Amino acid sequence: MSAIEYQGPSFKLEDLWTDRRWRAISIQILALAGLFAFLAFIVNNTINNLSLLGVETGYGFLAEPSNYDINQTLIEYDSRSSHFRAAIVGLLNTGVVAIAGIIAATILGFTVGVLRLSGNWLISRIMYCYVEFTRNVPLLLQILLWYGIVVHSLPRPKNALEPLSGIFLSNRGFSVPAPVAEPAAWAIFIAFVIAIAAAIGFGQYAKRVQEATGKIYPVISIGLGLIVVLPVLTYFLSGQPISLDWPALRGFNFAGGMTVTPEFVALWFALSIYTASFISEIVRAGIQSVSHGQTEAAYSLGIKPSWTMRLVILPQALRVILPPLISQYLNLTKNSSLAIAVGYMDVVATIGGISLNQTGRALECMSIVLATYLTISLVISTIMNWYNKRVALVER
Amino acid sequence: MTDTTETFAPGTHPDLPPPLGSRGIVKWMRENLFSSATNTVLTLLGAYLIYLAVPAFLDWFILDAVFDAGSRNECWERAGGACWSVVVVRFDQLMYGFYPEELRWRVDLAFLLLFVALAPVLFDKVPGRRYLAIFSIVYPVIAFFLLWGGMGLEPVESAKFGGFMLTVLIGVSGIIASLPLGIVLALGRRSELIVLRVVCICFIEFIRGVPLITLLFIASTLLNYFLPPGSNFDLLLRVLIMVTLFAAAYLAEVIRGGLQAIPKGQFEAAMSMGMSYWKMMGLIVLPQAMKISIPGIVNTFIGLYKDTTLVVIIGLLDPLGLSQSILADSKWQGLSTEIYIFIAIFFFLSCFSMSRYSIYLENKLHRGHKR
Repeated sequence: MSAIEYQGPSFKLEDLWTDRRWRAISIQILALAGLFAFLAFIVNNTINNLSLLGVETGYGFLAEPSNYDINQTLIEYDSRSSHFRAAIVGLLNTGVVAIAGIIAATILGFTVGVLRLSGNWLISRIMYCYVEFTRNVPLLLQILLWYGIVVHSLPRPKNALEPLSGIFLSNRGFSVPAPVAEPAAWAIFIAFVIAIAAAIGFGQYAKRVQEATGKIYPVISIGLGLIVVLPVLTYFLSGQPISLDWPALRGFNFAGGMTVTPEFVALWFALSIYTASFISEIVRAGIQSVSHGQTEAAYSLGIKPSWTMRLVILPQALRVILPPLISQYLNLTKNSSLAIAVGYMDVVATIGGISLNQTGRALECMSIVLATYLTISLVISTIMNWYNKRVALVER
Repeated sequence: MTDTTETFAPGTHPDLPPPLGSRGIVKWMRENLFSSATNTVLTLLGAYLIYLAVPAFLDWFILDAVFDAGSRNECWERAGGACWSVVVVRFDQLMYGFYPEELRWRVDLAFLLLFVALAPVLFDKVPGRRYLAIFSIVYPVIAFFLLWGGMGLEPVESAKFGGFMLTVLIGVSGIIASLPLGIVLALGRRSELIVLRVVCICFIEFIRGVPLITLLFIASTLLNYFLPPGSNFDLLLRVLIMVTLFAAAYLAEVIRGGLQAIPKGQFEAAMSMGMSYWKMMGLIVLPQAMKISIPGIVNTFIGLYKDTTLVVIIGLLDPLGLSQSILADSKWQGLSTEIYIFIAIFFFLSCFSMSRYSIYLENKLHRGHKR
């Protein structure tokens, strides 16, 4: 009986490929080497190309005057402002259309999603048609279609449509009254804040009372009433410090008031209507994911239908709805870059469009645009992941 | 026999029909349209909306439409509806772009053969499926030579490609190329090799974090910087690569979802049978994961197909690009609605049939797991 002699770790060269453990390492080293070779190739080419073309590099051009005008600006801007300021104006314009789109798409999407589940055959069919027609047609086409409708089908400013007194729809955009605030207007703002605080406080008080005695206050109507009545009251008490600047026809266009450009209208309509059809499907799937037993259990406890929806179904459905909903918001923000097709000056059209063409700094301009979008989406998805972990169902 | 009242022994009376209110269309309407006060209001509101919108739209769309006028003004003089003449007159251009007229039969042939090549992939019960499958594999080569020429056919530059032909070309090649790449990226993201995993995550998150339009800008303006000096390759090919990478990153996330849904026991069982990584993935895991992710995959494909319209922004002449030049013609100015609706109908038909196919596929693959 001879003991098997231990041979010791004899390493052969082919182990690098045939031994599982070694192979994992060699594959990774090869991949890393390949990646670096690829990056070096690209960087090298870029440097060669730039020196061949004699193009200057660097971000110094951002401080130079931009020499172009932007038709929708939230902050002060003219053609003597710098390229950097143009980029900021573009970024703000992206933000405005994204936020307006997200609000409209959410309201429309939730409404359509709930209506599609309604027992009413006619209504659910109409909503089905809406969803199928909007989500199967490219967004860019819808933007152009809305733009065409606004520019070609609406009348000239001279015979503008006036659906409500003071609101004019024409092919130069929508003119609406603009609020002009006097110094005393801060009182209204403070009243608004106080009203919200009072409403929250009342809600907590009502909850305590309900837990102690079972008595239920109409929290929502009282809270909403507070938030509406208090600022309105302050408005009249402080001598109406906010007045409206009405748009009026002067020459060929409207002066005064606030004009929403046709580009913004087209982009906003198309983005919200398109995204709403996706949101409605998400909402529908979320509500359907809550098993019917939950509704039946709530009913058998004697909870009335509207409360069942609010207290039992929605909190469970929201857990399913939220992650895809946020990714739709991100999609909407990224899709707002299609603004360039109708000439809405967002971040792609300003720094990635006109600035790029004027200065020829393609690398720098595109890197700014890419970094902007990457930052937005990485920040939102990080917040989202954190939130997801918090609300995830803890399974026991 | 003059007495009309018959008498029945208890329990022998034949069943009477249910009352009018609880059968047939009346019952259906009561249950589905007028079940409560809110529902009645909603139904009436919906009916009013339809009454407002549908007749007006039909009038514009077909009843008052003009199909054979020579110009916009002639259309508007004859009737108040849509002026489809612009689509009729420019139909060939919207289909083929500037592809030489005498060679367009090659595009038609390639399009017809596409369906022959797709048939064995999409459906089980195609006669001679095995032989057709071989054709499906060689089809891309055939299509390439038919469209670009070569091998005795007159060559055509890709700058002349346009219209719906370009849409279908970019869409179909993007779909074919992005699926394998998406699978590889998904496997890479789930890999135990940390370098591969990090590279895949970075790639996927970068692509998903930026709009497609910026990637297309990179393809059209920046790519020349990244390639060796003097090299210049086709804009269409660059666009194809970008569209493929974009779709692959989204596909990778969809497939990753499918991979995560496969229970760990499946991996362990495969490994305990002594399968290698690729056998385990190819024979056990991926077939199940792909089945779960079909709806997401088809949605990504539909998204890719719709996104082909973005190529207009970097100057390729897809239907939208052509419509800009048609609208610049003084004879047809201002008819954007007609052209856009025509293009929308085309996209609706293709995307809607894709989503129908995905539902069919889901049902077919459900093999008894559905209760």
